Amino acid sequence: MPVIKNAVCSLCGCLCDDITVTVDEENKITKIENACILGHSKFQGMFEHERIETPMIRKAGKLVSVSYEEALETAAKILVNSKRTLSYGWCSTSCEAISKAIQLAEETGSLIDSTANVCHGPSALAAQEKGSPGATLGEIKNRADLIIFWGCNPVHAHPRHLSRYSSFSKGFFVPRGRKERKMLVIDVRKTDTAKLADKYVEIEQGADLLLITALRSIINGHEEVIPEKVAGVSKEELLELAKLMKEAKFLCVFFGMGVTQSRSKYKNGDGVASLISDLNQHTKAVMIGMRGHYNVTGFGQVATWETGFPMAIDFAKGYPYYNPGETGANDVLVREEVDAAIIAAADPGAHFPQKALRQLAKIPLIQIDPYANPTTELADVVFPTAVVGIEAEGSAYRMDAISIRMKKLIETKFKTDEEIAKDLIEKVRELKRG
Amino acid sequence: MTLNANLISGRTAQQGANLEAKTSRAYFDACAYCELNSKDLEQLDVAEGDCLKVKTEFGEIVVFAKANNGNPQGLAFIPMGPWANAVLSPETHGCGMPGLKGVPAKIKRTKEKPLDMKSLMRSYREA
Repeated sequence: MPVIKNAVCSLCGCLCDDITVTVDEENKITKIENACILGHSKFQGMFEHERIETPMIRKAGKLVSVSYEEALETAAKILVNSKRTLSYGWCSTSCEAISKAIQLAEETGSLIDSTANVCHGPSALAAQEKGSPGATLGEIKNRADLIIFWGCNPVHAHPRHLSRYSSFSKGFFVPRGRKERKMLVIDVRKTDTAKLADKYVEIEQGADLLLITALRSIINGHEEVIPEKVAGVSKEELLELAKLMKEAKFLCVFFGMGVTQSRSKYKNGDGVASLISDLNQHTKAVMIGMRGHYNVTGFGQVATWETGFPMAIDFAKGYPYYNPGETGANDVLVREEVDAAIIAAADPGAHFPQKALRQLAKIPLIQIDPYANPTTELADVVFPTAVVGIEAEGSAYRMDAISIRMKKLIETKFKTDEEIAKDLIEKVRELKRG
Repeated sequence: MTLNANLISGRTAQQGANLEAKTSRAYFDACAYCELNSKDLEQLDVAEGDCLKVKTEFGEIVVFAKANNGNPQGLAFIPMGPWANAVLSPETHGCGMPGLKGVPAKIKRTKEKPLDMKSLMRSYREA
């Protein structure tokens, strides 16, 4: 039985590239080594989860199997007849597919957005305001002696992060690993990650910006302006925190949805970047967003080099226009502005709030995905697709923007996202030519 | 008794492990619950596995009750997914991101049962 080493796990933004997979004669993965609970589910799930087996079209309220050609023709007609199309997702797929999706959006004058819309979109805005002093995970692994997890819970969301890249990993300048690294967790509830920390600071929900501002004041030498309590944290504890940060030789703030989704949203990321900048007057400090979908970072990369913007790109005017708050996927759905949608490699049915879903349910919706999910329940045309990283190769970017080539591990009967996007571009062009 | 709580959503390992199995019972079990501090559950006279109705200005949803003393009192957590999103804020505050954390909620005991994923999604189609 072939044993494939250094396979890449295409689940979360850690993009672990040290997975060993055994494939049997029947084209099935029978053994997975090194993967976490999420990775196991990714590889094993291939044979257990509910795959979309054939293209489908909703007829009389029910999705029925149709030929690929019929689905393609119907989908292309929806795109051509729409005056305001939303193209959303394209994050659990390859950069090659993302590139084609952007081309399709341009061809159809659509607005294209990634899952960053409900994830680290505000971090991109923060980076545009203040920059985002970063490092590779390899650099952090080899150098960092203080790891800060702020508003994120990697034990659940990125289970191998701690052992592979951060707290528990052993590095060149930190050969004893966890023994030489301090771990600080800032959160609103004592998570399983917080339980592993040397220090856990519980803050009031939505008060991150207050805490950041207080820490900046102390680090910049103005501790006299700090009141006795900020964000539910005592002044004494704040002073201790600032000292811990200043005395570190190399620190990284890994931040998550607690920072991007809470009150102040992108201003929190802006604040973290400013704090990092202040700390760099005293020591070496960097920040990295804990990215969810394995290639949401790749979407930002591809979109930026092709259009100049990382997400929420509107092609309605014939050239790329970007203004999150106006052109974000949730913005246009909540304003009931879009009249058709194409969704691939993401599941807004599960992850968008109710008002956005009511609009998605009203309009013709095309879905491209390997698995049935809540979006399928709202879809009118459905394309099954290959699982990238298992049934198809391709490029993806890890959370620290390092590109990694994903391998094809098993054979498949399904087309890839890239092939479907290409076929849609051709069909749309054909229809437009009349 | 109604509990006034601050509702947040977020990832869990089980939610993540069933990300690509959202039609399964395991996904329903991983996402259709609300975690509260056990003192809050006591106040509501609710045991783990009983049902809670979580109501916000954006909607209401029935989910199972679960205790987690890592949550401070007054903080409610529902794993990210269709059940949490039935009641979280669609307001994007000029930056594109909906309000998926920090929504004021009223929580009380109920005899109703949580909707399964397909029934919940059907309610959007039929709205």
